[in-house]
Amino acid sequence: MKLREIRDILNAEMITGDANLEKEIKYGFAADLLSDALAFSRGPGALLITGVVHPQVIYAANAIDLGAIIFVRGKRPNGATLQLAIENQIPLLATSYIMFETCGRLYQHGLRACIEKVKNG
Amino acid sequence: MAEAGNDIRFHEMFHIEGGNFTNAGSISSQVKKILKGAGFSGKVIRRTSIAAFEAEMNVICYANQGNLSLFITPNFLKVVVEDEGIGIPDVNVAMREGYSTANEKIRELGFGAGMGLSNIKKNTDEMILTSEFRQGTHLEFVIYLSGQDKG
Repeated sequence: MKLREIRDILNAEMITGDANLEKEIKYGFAADLLSDALAFSRGPGALLITGVVHPQVIYAANAIDLGAIIFVRGKRPNGATLQLAIENQIPLLATSYIMFETCGRLYQHGLRACIEKVKNG
Repeated sequence: MAEAGNDIRFHEMFHIEGGNFTNAGSISSQVKKILKGAGFSGKVIRRTSIAAFEAEMNVICYANQGNLSLFITPNFLKVVVEDEGIGIPDVNVAMREGYSTANEKIRELGFGAGMGLSNIKKNTDEMILTSEFRQGTHLEFVIYLSGQDKG
């Protein structure tokens, strides 16, 4: 799914500009716990759906090779986060939808999870 | 005599300040940049970056200060993280997924879920963790450069 479609489905804003609209997103992962994103987000090129907007989300995104981040429920990154995202070439989007709606709408349009479930627990 | 495949071709050490969350994650970001510049495969870079990120966060969250060293050899990458601080009373307990002593500040940032050490183990080929309680912790991990095609 292209970032352009994700933007349209969620009435989202491309915070880092429109240069990456054709970027292909392979999977999705939703978490406010960055520990979980680091542990479970398999493979490069995933979309992280999160309400976490501090700079550590970009450092974590960089480590796991995320394709893009969408901030949910109207959250907006501060200047430091935005600057880091631009430096690390990680596209940022923002939507007013809550996390559940964001996931549901993307799933309905065919985006699937990085992993369906964990091995234990 | 050391085998040629284990010769250190590159070494860099980064200082980590405990309790300073402002730039938490920036050292693993620098490690990633070095590995990218050296032309390693995406998988090797990703595994090393994730493990380095977790290790860096651990020093910031739990120690007074520490150093993270990156070594590049022809056959493997090695990262050594040494810190001074509270240490880990029982390393085996700390390795369990979900075990955490994180405070509210750490959890507010989205960390401290007790996944870090097991995530380091998952992303590396060799991992050694030792600790002296109330003194510090020594962590080493190795990522092989061959046989990284799967996954």
